[in-house]
Amino acid sequence: MAIELKMPALSPTMEEGKLTRWLVKEGDEVKSGDILAEIETDKATMEFEAVDEGRIGKILVAEGTEGVKVGTVIAVIGEGEVASPTPASTPTPPADEVEATPAPAAAPAISNMKTSTVRDALRDAMAEEMRRDDRVFVMGEEVAEYQGAYKVTQGLLEEFGPKRVIDTPITEYGFAGIGTGAAMGGLRPIVEFMTFNFAMQAIDHVINSAAKTNYMSGGQMRCPIVFRGPNGAASRVGAQHSQNYGPWYASVPGLIVIAPYDASDAKGLLKAAIRSEDPVVFLENELVYGRTFDMAEEDGPDQDGHVIPIGKARIMREGSDVTIVSYSIAVGFALDAAEQLADEGISAEVLDLRTLRPLDREAVLKSLAKTNRLVIAEEGWPVCGIAAEVIAICMEDGFDLLDAPVLRVCNEDVPLPYAANLEKLAIIDAARIVSAVKQVCYR
Amino acid sequence: MAKAANKQAVDSAALGDEGIALRALQQAHEADKRYAASDEELLKFYEQMVLIRRFEERAGQLYGLGLIGGFCHLYIGQEAVAVGMLSALESGKDSVITGYRDHGHMLAYGIDPKLIMAELTGREAGISRGKGGSMHMFSVEHKFYGGHGIVGAQVPLGAGLAFGHKYREDGGVCLAYFGDGAANQGQVYESFNMAALWKLPVIFVVENNGYAMGTAVKRGSAETHFFRRGTAFRIPGMDVNGMDVLEVRRATDIALEYVRAGNGPVLMELHTYRYRGHSMSDPAKYRSREEVQDMKDNSDPIEAAKVELIARGVSEDKLKDIDKAIRARIVEAADFAENSPEPAARELYTDVLVERY
Repeated sequence: MAIELKMPALSPTMEEGKLTRWLVKEGDEVKSGDILAEIETDKATMEFEAVDEGRIGKILVAEGTEGVKVGTVIAVIGEGEVASPTPASTPTPPADEVEATPAPAAAPAISNMKTSTVRDALRDAMAEEMRRDDRVFVMGEEVAEYQGAYKVTQGLLEEFGPKRVIDTPITEYGFAGIGTGAAMGGLRPIVEFMTFNFAMQAIDHVINSAAKTNYMSGGQMRCPIVFRGPNGAASRVGAQHSQNYGPWYASVPGLIVIAPYDASDAKGLLKAAIRSEDPVVFLENELVYGRTFDMAEEDGPDQDGHVIPIGKARIMREGSDVTIVSYSIAVGFALDAAEQLADEGISAEVLDLRTLRPLDREAVLKSLAKTNRLVIAEEGWPVCGIAAEVIAICMEDGFDLLDAPVLRVCNEDVPLPYAANLEKLAIIDAARIVSAVKQVCYR
Repeated sequence: MAKAANKQAVDSAALGDEGIALRALQQAHEADKRYAASDEELLKFYEQMVLIRRFEERAGQLYGLGLIGGFCHLYIGQEAVAVGMLSALESGKDSVITGYRDHGHMLAYGIDPKLIMAELTGREAGISRGKGGSMHMFSVEHKFYGGHGIVGAQVPLGAGLAFGHKYREDGGVCLAYFGDGAANQGQVYESFNMAALWKLPVIFVVENNGYAMGTAVKRGSAETHFFRRGTAFRIPGMDVNGMDVLEVRRATDIALEYVRAGNGPVLMELHTYRYRGHSMSDPAKYRSREEVQDMKDNSDPIEAAKVELIARGVSEDKLKDIDKAIRARIVEAADFAENSPEPAARELYTDVLVERY
């Protein structure tokens, strides 16, 4: 009886991985606990251990194959027949093709198109700014020797050394305070939170120490610091690890709050954040780290061209019937929705806010003036969210432009459940955006 | 005596050799307790302490008249701490950060009393342009980084300033002051851990005035000897009489020498006392009048300095002249603070952010 060895899921967000190396060959005897292969996930290179014993019958996926989907049969233990050879036994296409996202139809024309994952774009932004300004350093849990819990700081220790890439103990309140103090003293810290859920321990320094100092000191004492890390729901990690802090921080005067969607914005806005004289909360999204996007052209040898202005929204797709306002991961859902709506004859414009504070009111109102209908898609709770803020803007300054009430599409108003089906029900998706758009279009 | 020696031996055994290292600074302090100040230096300390006291008394009056609002925490009784410690620092190189009881520290720095008093009355001419108030005052020019209202927050911030000194290799040390109440905040120990781990040039200073607002130390602290609380992080502690400006100064010199040599942080506990309530709105009913009077009569840092100066042959007339000049400065500061204009309405919106977006 043959036992199928399947590509394992080695992280909560892993959908596919690279089979880096086989440590056994066909015909080898293996027993439980033997290491069979090395697999590179979206976060790290992991060892794949045998659970069953027997002789390796056939290796079905060659080492070096990228984009092997979780669940693909990669080898067989035993001599028996394999039930059904899967098509994935041949190399699957590279990740960027697999994860192709809808092309932003209205994105500015770009030459010399390059691509990057969001993860690499963030790393490149930090590396470029660290080369440019020796006051910039990065600190956080596992940022140095481990190469980043989500591999965002990969390679930085090697290039910049332990003085500027600093592993901290698990002590968010303390190191957020130390980073803030270093900024008050004239340095340019990048403080990485492993996730923003853990930054709850540190929120006093973000708000009371960093955001208010310039004002309280009558403009004497600046605090140029970037607090960054993944934010929002990841995948199946439950309520304490799945929360969008965008609305929390965006309510605080004295802070800049950025929540980019694609790789180009992640890089350009992180560079702008590091250069800013103001404290910045930079909200990333774990589920988007591995996605590959086109990068805007970078002019100049020091890539200074790729600094994106803070506080400016971006039209991701032009449309004329309705505006879908969104930010962070929900922009992807909005683009999917727009694509589906196009098939049904509704032309949706997708606006990515990119910066949550200061929020680009003008861009919202300009798009509303064009479409007269608006839906907000936010991966976060519905109560007192960014969606509510956008609705207030439409009421205050866009009332006469409206042909229908503005609707919001948010997560359900519950702590995020663990069960796969309930989690799916709780988090927004393209279908719900489509449905809201049809409502405001009276279709 | 025998009992004390026995206790030391027990401590030493419990901690091993590291215990001896952790007590080395305390031993150095006990062997050489007081700074050998010249007459001129002691006069200067006296003058600074009197300035703080008269300033704070006046601030108390202005509060009573409704010219100062909100919370106002006076430094009366604790003057020797700020004056003695600051005198040991190298100006322009070392940095200081403290909590909300900050007026005395700023005055010890030589910051113009008019700017501080005008901040207390919420005027445009105040050091924070009237937008900070009593608890939120800063002078980046003097490397005085506040003035923080959240109890204990200044401790990691101070470790961060020390991180900056080390990063830039500028030879500076940060003094991070906090009270016996703040000493029970968790972030203090997070800071101890990282400061020791990274050998940051920081002196953690507990100004133990006996009360965390209304809670006496023994009612709120399992370990009432705060200088011992660094032991778990291998931070040497020093137990210092904060009512004697020369003892404060000498102990600070010892600590600074250790920190400047790259050994990492020191934890100093300065025993002091505040004569007034925690803030202006505190009637201080948690302690007896006799206790306060006893401290004023027997431990006052200004009286002690005065007695010593007279014993050294400084004339009482000279001291009276100093007092008189200070009173005049305080009157001038109070007049200025009362009569200078409030911030213009447009200032409401300035300095929220540095840049425009």
